[in-house]
Amino acid sequence: MLSGGDMLIRALHDEGVDLIFGYPGGTALHIYDAIFRQDKVEHILVRHEQGATHAADGYARATGRPGVVLVTSGPGATNTITGIATAYMDSIPMVVISGQVTRDAIGSDAFQETDMVGVSRPVVKHSFLVQSAADIPNIIKKAFYIATTGRPGPVVIDFPKDVTDPAEKFPYEYPETVKLRSYMPPQKGHTGQIKKAVEVLMSAKKPIIYAGGGVVQGEGAEELTKLTQTLGYPITNTLMGLGVYPATDKQFLGMLGMHGTYEANMAMHESDVILAVGARFDDRVTNSDISKFCPNATILHIDIDPASISKTVTAHVPIVGPVKAVLKEMNDQINASSDKVDADALKQWWENIEHWRQRNCLAVESAGELIKPQQAIQALYEVTNGDAYVTSDVGQHQMFAAQYYHFDKPRRWINSGGLGTMGFGLPAAMGVQLAYPDATVACVTGEGSIQMCIQELATCKQCELPIKIVNLNNEALGMVKQWQDMQYSGRHSHSTYADSLPDFVKLAEAYGHVGVRIEKLSELKEKLAEAFAMKDKLVFIDIAVDQNEHVYPMAVKGGAMSEMFLSKTERT
Amino acid sequence: MRRIISMLMENEPGALSRVVGLFSQRNYNINSLTVAPTDDVTLSRLTVTTIGDDRKIEQIIKHLNKLVDVVKLVDLTDGSHIERELMLIKVKVSGAQRAEVMRLADVFRGEIVDVTPTSYVVQLAGTSDKLDAFISALGDTSILEVARTGVSGISRADKVLSL
Repeated sequence: MLSGGDMLIRALHDEGVDLIFGYPGGTALHIYDAIFRQDKVEHILVRHEQGATHAADGYARATGRPGVVLVTSGPGATNTITGIATAYMDSIPMVVISGQVTRDAIGSDAFQETDMVGVSRPVVKHSFLVQSAADIPNIIKKAFYIATTGRPGPVVIDFPKDVTDPAEKFPYEYPETVKLRSYMPPQKGHTGQIKKAVEVLMSAKKPIIYAGGGVVQGEGAEELTKLTQTLGYPITNTLMGLGVYPATDKQFLGMLGMHGTYEANMAMHESDVILAVGARFDDRVTNSDISKFCPNATILHIDIDPASISKTVTAHVPIVGPVKAVLKEMNDQINASSDKVDADALKQWWENIEHWRQRNCLAVESAGELIKPQQAIQALYEVTNGDAYVTSDVGQHQMFAAQYYHFDKPRRWINSGGLGTMGFGLPAAMGVQLAYPDATVACVTGEGSIQMCIQELATCKQCELPIKIVNLNNEALGMVKQWQDMQYSGRHSHSTYADSLPDFVKLAEAYGHVGVRIEKLSELKEKLAEAFAMKDKLVFIDIAVDQNEHVYPMAVKGGAMSEMFLSKTERT
Repeated sequence: MRRIISMLMENEPGALSRVVGLFSQRNYNINSLTVAPTDDVTLSRLTVTTIGDDRKIEQIIKHLNKLVDVVKLVDLTDGSHIERELMLIKVKVSGAQRAEVMRLADVFRGEIVDVTPTSYVVQLAGTSDKLDAFISALGDTSILEVARTGVSGISRADKVLSL
């Protein structure tokens, strides 16, 4: 016999959860007491509930296991919304447990009451309001099942305080399996459709593989790499997909889309067959005017979510299914078939691509001792041997990291792609570091983003997390400023604040960490290496970078994928 | 094009709000909506009429199917079906108009279910078009109140929406 609070923690343990992120408060106190009385599930105390969700999110992205959050009702619950929405947009498995006022008080505008199920509804995969303590084991089982299967996503469970009352005890049994009659994610793709896709793929003259975050979430990187290398076709990854194909391999064309490489975007535009895998033709890829998107391409689209198929770009051969199983079946069919790819056409196609590649769109022009943000990422890549877990915030630094840090493995690049949440990087890095205590974890950020969840420096101190914060400090909201330069005649409306920036070195020290300031190119690599050599310390590396740098390539607004600005003066 | 989508959903708290929320969140139209229990106490049947091109309707159906509460769904307008809506309409009637409205109700196979010296309540069932036609046929008769249930529907012949 267990109380509701004990049942919840016990069920988390039985579900395999050993780490949760949270912040206590009135309606969650019975649950917090249950945490205190056990040692199976570790709780990390954050400094703001948004930080808890991003930390759980980072943990989930790095490990593939669901992230778990525990907060109180009212403001505790509403503070998680940004983090839940972030996870929802990027299909990250997460379970958020919120306290709620007692059942009889619901609807009475009680202290710290918020309709959490209602508030979170548009940004969750599903949600539960626990009506009776006896339901807890079943609800937890269902919540984790829904969060982690099919297209993953966040699930909210709202716990009225009286349901967790220690005085009321119920028999506890954790269900081994769960079956929902209305929720049956596909286990495999349609063999006939896969066959059709393989036929189109094998007869392509100018093929390209376009892989996204679904390949990370669906653990399909190995099968994708095998398929790509068997066929010898060029491959590009979305921002969310970086790492699913080794970036250092010659078949990799770099990221595509708004800030994608010239060669990736040109190859997409000129292609005759696109194999889209776990990618959703997001507007940052298609550049909003669908009528101009890849006009000659036959689209083969693999996705576990039928609603992602033909949502924006019509798929000629849709395949609904888990990417891993579908790609495996494709590989098997290709191996068993006597058909060969059109080697002559492919040779010609690669020649075109090499010609585009020679444009060297990511070349960095040195500016003496002034550090270019790109150079900072290049130095980071070298210092960490390309093998760090890199989280990022949102803005120019995010794009530079995506362009210049070459990810060879999935789950190494952790960023908020869909929602674009500033403040994500540091708490996400905490989740990664807690999952892999010995790994090198770098948070690439900017002086704008880092201030949105800066309070988590205290959590890092409490948990002794040796994260390395790489702050590309251009004293402005760089991406906003870039758009204002390009589209608003350089009117920098509320995108600068140079006179009121904190001294980040002192700030880091105030939180008990180490702060380092780097201002000259000649000292960049050495100081960065020194910082990363401090294995047991969080180091806040504040790098003064060129304040006028823009991210290029950049898609021309409303244009085709082949229309890009390549620098401040060059346009395709 | 106008579509009638009917679904069986779990009879759980919050299920209706998820369906309605989906429509507003993705900027889909709801022209009418009805929901009521079925013979199976664990299921409700919800019928919604909406308007959109094929791409939009396909998305609506896919997203509805994704909702964990939605067990099964059919686009009734995909095949031969029966659609009905019930209307109660209160009109102000006096003098010659009383006989006129009574005749009109007869023509439309409606029933007058409430009578006062100055008003009738006419009950009328049929397709939404028929109800619209009755309203316009009333011409300059003064309408005091209209209560329509929204469309419910069912497939013809062997096609069945059940588990």
